[in-house]
Amino acid sequence: MSETTRRRQNTKMVPAPSHGIIPERDLYSSPVLEARHLGIEFGGLKAVEDFNLIIGRTEIAGLIGPNGAGKTTVFNLLTKVYQPTMGSVMLNGHDLNGLNTVQANKLGIARTFQNIRLFDNMTVEDNVRIGLHNQIKYGMFTGICRLPGYWKGEKQQHEKALELLSIFDMQDLAKVRAGSLPYGAQRRLEIVRALATNPSLLLLDEPAAGMNPHETEELMNNIAKIRDQFQIAIMLIEHDMNLVMGVCEGICVLNYGRIIAKGTPDEIQSNPTVIEAYLGKKKEG
Amino acid sequence: MKLKKSTVNNLISFGIVIIAFIICQTMISTGVMKRSLRGQMIPICVYIVMAVSLNLVVGISGELSLGHAGFMSIGVFSGIIASAWLKGALGLENELIRLILSMIVGGAFAGVFGALIGIPVLRLRGDYLAIVTLAFGEIIRNVLNCLYFSLDGRHLHVSFNNPSIPGTILVNGPNGAKDVDKIATFPVGFVLILFTLFVVLNLINSRSGRAIMAARDNRIAAEAMGINVTKYKMMAFVTAAVLAGMAGALYGMSMATVTAAKFKFDTSILVLVFVVLGGIGNIWGSIIAAALLTVLPELLRAFADYRMLIYAIVLILVMLITNNPTMRALFTKLVPRRGAGQKGGEAL
Repeated sequence: MSETTRRRQNTKMVPAPSHGIIPERDLYSSPVLEARHLGIEFGGLKAVEDFNLIIGRTEIAGLIGPNGAGKTTVFNLLTKVYQPTMGSVMLNGHDLNGLNTVQANKLGIARTFQNIRLFDNMTVEDNVRIGLHNQIKYGMFTGICRLPGYWKGEKQQHEKALELLSIFDMQDLAKVRAGSLPYGAQRRLEIVRALATNPSLLLLDEPAAGMNPHETEELMNNIAKIRDQFQIAIMLIEHDMNLVMGVCEGICVLNYGRIIAKGTPDEIQSNPTVIEAYLGKKKEG
Repeated sequence: MKLKKSTVNNLISFGIVIIAFIICQTMISTGVMKRSLRGQMIPICVYIVMAVSLNLVVGISGELSLGHAGFMSIGVFSGIIASAWLKGALGLENELIRLILSMIVGGAFAGVFGALIGIPVLRLRGDYLAIVTLAFGEIIRNVLNCLYFSLDGRHLHVSFNNPSIPGTILVNGPNGAKDVDKIATFPVGFVLILFTLFVVLNLINSRSGRAIMAARDNRIAAEAMGINVTKYKMMAFVTAAVLAGMAGALYGMSMATVTAAKFKFDTSILVLVFVVLGGIGNIWGSIIAAALLTVLPELLRAFADYRMLIYAIVLILVMLITNNPTMRALFTKLVPRRGAGQKGGEAL
């Protein structure tokens, strides 16, 4: 690959924000995430290869591609569930090389899961409190002996949890068992729980899966709202093109583990390579 | 508010235990209780603490540990030695203080070994963890079988596989400890149960406890939420080891003779049976199961040869009854639901 194409691939995905005007927005300096030549091999099979991406602060980015393209693998690489075999990831200027999932989360990367991974037997509030684990702290001894720090910490966690739940109007469900929530609510709870870890980059793996069109639209508004309220960058994997095209400012298309296109929603929609990847090649003649 | 509810639940648990203690104590002092049963009171306390602490590992942290008796035996011998040393070297005569200090020593030693064993063991998962804890339980027992301790004036002597050491022998290798000062009392055992419940229930209803349960329910999600899974599994493991060590020290000082052979694999399984029958993750169930199943063999003495047969039948019946949906519904109505996730069933 020539030096010029490489540089072009590393540049910012989106030239300008398509949603609202945020004064703090910093397009070109200090990106939240920088992935360079990221790749992983599973026994010779290159699941993801030469993945270059820069996500600016408060940017909403989309990662799309046909089934099996390696989208979730990218998320697993960014959150260090898998250790990449090639390339590097920089998060807020920190190299994630050699760190584990816990450390990556502490540096500001949070995620939701494609197949929902809530703590089903705990209440909705407790799920959010687990997200707050590293935000509002007190020690084990304080907890066992019920020292003043315990009551203070529990009170703060309770208030913060309800505040976060109120983003999705879920504060009334705080005492409900998470596993008994309807599917859409479980997805929303996962987002709240991830937000509770105070991330600077939020990764959403198919947030609209299993939602009806009305819920999806609500989710779209909420994603934009979360970005504006928390001033964080969001990257999402989604098959619902209405949501992707509606909310994402930049889109990255993956096929067979390689990036085949990057750009604004309009550019992606008219990109012949993308159309080919999704619909196949038009027969000549 | 949830906090208040869990606190109320805990207070109810404490209340019931205290009432049970008062009833037992009255029965003992009025002589209603049979002599054979009276001798069972301290073992009951010990096994309740063992079951509750193992439940912290198996039910709350979701790791099957088969070496819990190992920590108990560490507590037994370090407690006996501490008690003899406090008496012989420091001239501490007060039995209650000596007992409590010995229990603390027993707990501390078991905790240290719990941490040492936890480092390699908690890197493993599932069946492998169970196998390795089983092995460590056996290693502890076999090492204790070869250790000789003696007290020579103020000095404590230790030798490995060599019985000829100066002074009065405290622990005589495979023959164990003989002529132990029987300073354990039922009230102290009862206080130990209260202490255990206090530690375990408060731990469960705190930030650390939620992290432990999160790591159990979904390790990947817990890690993605920034929870250091190994750290919290270790916390549960070491806490359980400390409590088992304290229970062991109490047990050691309630028996005239103890050998390391007593704490083999069977004892670990026995405690696990209490936990499973009481309901994995259900602290309250562990207490009842431990108390009943410790007394049962004694009560079945009348059946002589058929004792173990009936014991087995009772176990099966208990399992059938506790799994019966109608009985379960009735039980949940009677007993307030605890925050400690009674549905920790997937742990095993």
